[in-house]
This record gives sequence, C-alpha cells and structure tokens, in this order.
Amino acid sequence: MAEYETFEHDVLVIGAGGAGLRAAIEASAAGVRVGLVCKSLLGKAHTVMAEGGIAAALANVDERDNWKVHFADTMRGGQYVNQWRMAELHAKEAPDRVRELETWGAVFDRTKDGRILQRHFGGHKYPRLAHVGDRTGLEMIRTLQDHGIHQGIDVHMEHTILSLLKDGDRVVGAFGYERERGRFKIFRAKAVVLATGGIGRAYKITSNSWEYTGDGHTLAYDAGAELIDMEFIQFHPTGMVWPPSVMGILVTEGVRGEGGILANKEGKRFMFDSIPENYRAQTADTEEEGWRYCQGHKDARRPPELLTRDHVSRCIVREIKEGRGSPHGGVFLDISWIKQKMPNAAEHIKRKLPSMYHQFKQLADIDITEQPMEVGPTTHYIMGGVRVDPDTQMSRLPGLFAAGECAAGINGANRLGGNSLSDLLVFGKRAGEFAAKFARENQQGGLDSRDIDTVARQALAPFERRDGENPYGIQKDLQQTMQDLVGIVRIETEMREAFEKIGNFKARAEQTAVTGNREYNPGWHTALDLKNLLTVSEAITLAALERKESRGAQFREDYPDKDQRFSKVNTIVSKSADGSMQVRLEPLPEIPEYLKRVIEENK
Amino acid sequence: MSTATFKIWRGNSQNGEFRDYTTETAEGMVVLDAVIQIQATQARDLACRWNCKAGKCGSCSAEVNGMPKLMCMTRLSELPLEKPVTVEPMKAFPVIKDLVTDVSWNFRVKKKIKPFKPRPPDAPDGTWRMQQEDIDRVQEFRKCIECFLCQDVCHVLRDHQMYEKFIGPRFLIHVAALEMHPLDTQDRIEELRNTQGIGYCNITKCCTKVCPESIQITDNGIIPLKERVVDEFYDPLGWFWKGLKRLLNR
Repeated sequence: MAEYETFEHDVLVIGAGGAGLRAAIEASAAGVRVGLVCKSLLGKAHTVMAEGGIAAALANVDERDNWKVHFADTMRGGQYVNQWRMAELHAKEAPDRVRELETWGAVFDRTKDGRILQRHFGGHKYPRLAHVGDRTGLEMIRTLQDHGIHQGIDVHMEHTILSLLKDGDRVVGAFGYERERGRFKIFRAKAVVLATGGIGRAYKITSNSWEYTGDGHTLAYDAGAELIDMEFIQFHPTGMVWPPSVMGILVTEGVRGEGGILANKEGKRFMFDSIPENYRAQTADTEEEGWRYCQGHKDARRPPELLTRDHVSRCIVREIKEGRGSPHGGVFLDISWIKQKMPNAAEHIKRKLPSMYHQFKQLADIDITEQPMEVGPTTHYIMGGVRVDPDTQMSRLPGLFAAGECAAGINGANRLGGNSLSDLLVFGKRAGEFAAKFARENQQGGLDSRDIDTVARQALAPFERRDGENPYGIQKDLQQTMQDLVGIVRIETEMREAFEKIGNFKARAEQTAVTGNREYNPGWHTALDLKNLLTVSEAITLAALERKESRGAQFREDYPDKDQRFSKVNTIVSKSADGSMQVRLEPLPEIPEYLKRVIEENK
Repeated sequence: MSTATFKIWRGNSQNGEFRDYTTETAEGMVVLDAVIQIQATQARDLACRWNCKAGKCGSCSAEVNGMPKLMCMTRLSELPLEKPVTVEPMKAFPVIKDLVTDVSWNFRVKKKIKPFKPRPPDAPDGTWRMQQEDIDRVQEFRKCIECFLCQDVCHVLRDHQMYEKFIGPRFLIHVAALEMHPLDTQDRIEELRNTQGIGYCNITKCCTKVCPESIQITDNGIIPLKERVVDEFYDPLGWFWKGLKRLLNR
C-alpha cells in the first residue's frame, strides 16, 4: 500500500452540522477519542441556513402542548409511514435537547415571563418552535461549535470522505482527502457516525449548497447498508424565484407563521380552496380566524398557509400550471398586509424576520414590509436515508451509525418544519452515545490495503484524462433531469426516462477530466462528488417508481391517490451482490397500542 | 446577452497574478454567480469557498474592487461594469490558492477564549429566566456569521500583523457576547487587556463599516469592553473599593 497519513480515533464523525457536532460532543463526553470531519470550514454546514426554529414541546407558550401532541403531529405529517419509535423518542427528548443548548450559551427569543419563546409552524398544533428571529440554525450551530471546541475533539476541516473502510461486515474507518493539498488520509476508528446531510444538489432548483451531494447516503449504500424512503423529497413551498441567480434560496416558513399569506395573481388566497380532509378540523374557516391564530389566540385554528409543506407546494404548482402565477413563475407571499392589523407593522416584520428583510432587500430590491415576495417550491430536504435502529442509530453494518438528514425514519413521507433541527439534536446525541459505547466494547479493526489503493487510483483517474468531459457539465445535465423528470409531480414514463439518462450520466462520469493539480481543485471535487449524486438520484428514481401511489411528498400523476397497499410499507434500497441497485418493499413495524391511542386522541 | 470582465487573482502562497475572464451576465447576478460560472466553463480549478449563497454562512469573503465583501451579497448592478471587476482574496490572511485563504488562525484564537459558564439555574426544572430587553444586545453580537471581513479590514492585523497580540474585532465581539450574556459568570477582563490586546484597537470603525450583518462592532461591543477594562484596571475609586473589600474579607 502507498503511504498515507493515518489518524486514529475511537469514534469518527463525518459531517459537522447539527447532528455531527452533537454526536461528537456526546461521544467525547463519554470519554472516548473523537475525530470530526467537516467538508467545509467548521460552522459553515447547512444547519446554519435553518431559519424558523427547533420543534420541541416545551409548552412555554401554550400549556396544552406535550410530547404526545408533538408525536401525533409528526406522524400525521409523515402520513403514518414514519418509524414510530423514532418519532416517539424525538417528541419525548426534544425539550431536553433544546434546554441543554441554553446551558451551553444559546440565546433564544423570550416570552414575557422570561422563558424560551415558541412560534407557530406548519403542521404543528401549538406554537412549538424555539427560535432566534429567523436565524435559529446559526444560533444552534454556533452554540454547538463554541461548546464543542472545548471538548477535546480533533477537528479535520475541509476534508472529504471517499469511502468507508471495512473489516468483514464491520465498518472500521474511512478514507478521504484534504482539500488544501489534495492529499489522501486514512481515519481508523472503532465506530463511525455519518452526519453528512442531504442530496439537494441532485436538483437544479435547491436551497442546498454545493456540499449536499448525498455523500453519507452513498458511503453507507456502497458499504452495504440499506437506504429507506428515498422517494420522499421535500420541496419547500417557498423558495425565491427572482432574480434567476437566487432561484431556490429559502424563504422561511416563519413568514407564514407570523401571518404571511399566499396569493395568486388575481389576489386570491388560494390555500383556502384545498384543505385536506385529515386537517380540516384543525384548519381555520375564515381569514380572520387564521390571523387570530398567528396572534396566539388559543381558540383559533391555523390558517391553511400553515398546512404541511408537501401540500402547500402542490397547491402552488397547481396555481402556476393553471396560469394564475406571479410574473416570474411563482406565487405571491405577502407579510406586508399585516399593517392593516397592527401599528408599527414594518418594525415588527424587521424584528421577527430580519434576515428575510435583508435577503430580499439586498438580492431582489424588494422591501417585504411594503411589497409581496414572489416564491415557488425549491428542493430542500430528503426524508429518506440510511436505515438505522431507532434507539441506537446503528445501521445494519456493525460500527456504522447515522444521524440527521442522512439517516431516515422519523419523518415518514413528509417532514414538519422545525422537526429537522430537533432531529439533529435528539439523534445526533443518541448516535454519539451509542457509537462511543460500541467503540468501548470493540478493538480497532484491520484495514485492507488493496481496497484503499483502488479507491485512491480511481479518485486520481480524472487527472490522467486530458481530453475527457467537464464534470460541471454532467452535474448540470443530471440536475436538469431530476428537476424535470423526478420532481414534485411524477409519472412512470418520465421516471423511466430519467433512469435511462442516469445510466448514461454514469458512463459519462467515468470519463471526466480535470485541469490543474490536486491543490484545492473544485473541478476535481465536483468530479468525485458526481458518483454520490448519481447513486442517490438512481435510488430516488427507483424508490419513486416502486411506490405506486401518492403520499406526502411523493405525488404520482399516474397514481394520484393514497393506496392502502402502500400505507404500511417502506421502500428499501440496497446494493446486490452483482453491484446493481435493488429496491423492495418491506412492512413497517407495527405501532404499539399505547401510541395508537395517542394518535387517536389527537386526531 | 451582455457580458462583464472579471480580473480574478490566481495563484498560491508563493506567487500569483490577475487573470481576465469574460462571462455572460444576467439580471440580479452577484459576484459569486460570476465566479461559479467562470469555474464551470473556463477555469475548472479556480478555488473559492462558498456555501449558502444567501449571506448566512460567511464563507465567500473576498475583496471586490478592493472592498472586503461577501461575494454572494455583492450584486453586479452595484459595480461599474464598463471596466473589469477585480476579485482577490482577503489580504489579512495567507493565500492557500486563488480566492481561498488560510483562516485557521481565527479558529485557534477562539479556542483560547474562556467558554460560557452559566450561573445556577433560576427554576427547579433547571431553566433560567431572562427578559428579551436584557438579551437584545447579546443577540446582536450573536448574529455574527464569522466571515472574518472585520478581521481582514482591521489595520492592526492587516497592516501591522499583530496576530500574536491582538484577537481582532471578530473575537472582541465574541468576548462581548459572552461578557454581556446575562447568565455568564466567567471573568475575561484581564485577558482582554493583556493577551487579547483590546488596547490596540483605536476605534477607527473600519470593522463596523464592512460587517455584512451590520453589527455595531465598535460602538456596541468594543467600546463598552474598553470601559470595563478601564473600570477594572485604571479606576482609582475602583482600586479603593477593591482594596477595602479585600481588607474586609480577611
């Protein structure tokens, strides 16, 4: 084997957003040596972009809230294909995880009596999101970062992992490169936690940055773990649509939580026209009732703008398709109208939504206290990911754990806003705790030098092909294909076409060429990330084809209704012995009686 | 389709030069769009950092026409496009490659600052009570996205390279956020005066001017900290009281 610099840790955490940092802190607290690999600089992961808040039934604003209501809301939002145990743990443990952030220095907005303030969000029955204006993610990642750097964690910034290392079935480390010099590194570890986030870069219009290329999904899949629920992609209803260069950038759901309304070009609040049956009892009958809800009146029900994201996105697409969209192909989101309802509305908006005010003012010349915004759906989040044990977060491979967006189960067919940040904390902590336990109970495994050399050779191949293809071109074609053919509205013929195209892209990805040398070379990094993007794109397409119904975030034009046959199954994607991707359906674990009662009581 | 020319600094820690790239422009475009477009079509190995593209992560700091800016929040419409737009790395930090600089010093500095240490909880359930007006100031400081543009423009660092003696505006604001946190019990005043070098700041407010989050770094953060240092070390009345307290405590 060639000589590579080697690091030894008990637990290696790959990814340094909310889940990765929380896992690293927990593992370190358990007394083991922890390494933390970040694809970018520390503190820049996508958690920083989260705006609205952290969902936790603290009951600070509405004393009727508790874990049971949160659990029932999460299951309803996920259309009951969630892993019930994860949803239960999440609802029960989220309040402690939020309070813990305060002991580490987080400064949340306050209630009048000095406790953590909570706001309304889509699909949550009560005001539940602990927040800091509209920059909650920044507060969370900075709190974890500033606490984490004093816990003796070894941080490897600007490193990318290419492959997991195995000893038999067990995962015993990872192999990757550092960006600055392009040198390969070996990370030996007794346990590995994947916390790599999402896959948004598989689509053209996305709120995700260049990093989100399905790395953890692909590392786990290639190593032999299973992926579940890959058909469920969350298209956030409100991304910016104009100007073109900002298309896809997120507009927080907090705008609607503060009373923002959606309207078409005729000025009509179209969301009142299509309230799903299972939410009718919880939704306002009149505009006045909706406004009273946003103002905290406990007898009022939520406005239809705060229905779940899957549903709101589809309604927006319908308005646009039927010719009632805004000038630049979106719909209007208006918060400025609240000046009819309150004095000092402009000041109120700037205080509650400072970064939205700033973002539109600076990037689109729009003053949101005076004018409506134009918004449309943007690829935001994947509910699917690595299949894990709900309590320990371990995959089917011993020593391999996953948490956060790259793991799956808690969200089912659709995630509620605010449940992601709490998911990162609850399951990041659990992954760290059980990875540390696994590390204490096991020795370092052996390494296979041939595997490592093969990965290194393949990674360097693009440098040897001087007249190969531009990796950026392939990435762009893939993004367009996924956007057009496996997007919000899906149909078998188009997805078959996408599947074929992905096959072609794979062949093209084998022939990429990069210029320059190995030092901080984004062209090379793009070529290496392509493999991951192609793997997750194939998994999404196959899983979406397999689920022949419409549920949550998956809408099939050829199967527009929910189907009982798919109501209690997950799609499972795995790698077969011949290397091809397989998809199958598997029954969900049965929900126990006491939780069925909780769901029933909260209907 | 209209075009614009960008003079982008290309090179590494040893040497480098400006190179011209002409690329198409579109309505609403920002400098980062142009750089990414050039990367995808003309210079695949052009190194630059970016993540959120929405002014929230602080990764894409650079100097655009000589001004420290986030590339993702600098619109082409605010620049004179009849002449080339220069884009170069931050000058206060060593270059790694092209627009990417070695900012690791900042991470080392932060690690040396005493962490948050809360007072015992106010309520039996382990929680605290704080009024919104008591945290407004700290929340202002906590808006910092760690883009390090304030460090880049601070003459103590940029011109005098006093990296060993002065922590720079970013970390003075970090200390201010900790010191003014209603729950914090740690004392960082002595280090502020000694190892962290707050005295080197002579309040030219360059940092405040470039802050993309509009944090009033100097007025709200550094000046109040300087006052605390003065109260602690240069206030005769304070000395008298402290002396008296020591006597009484004996």
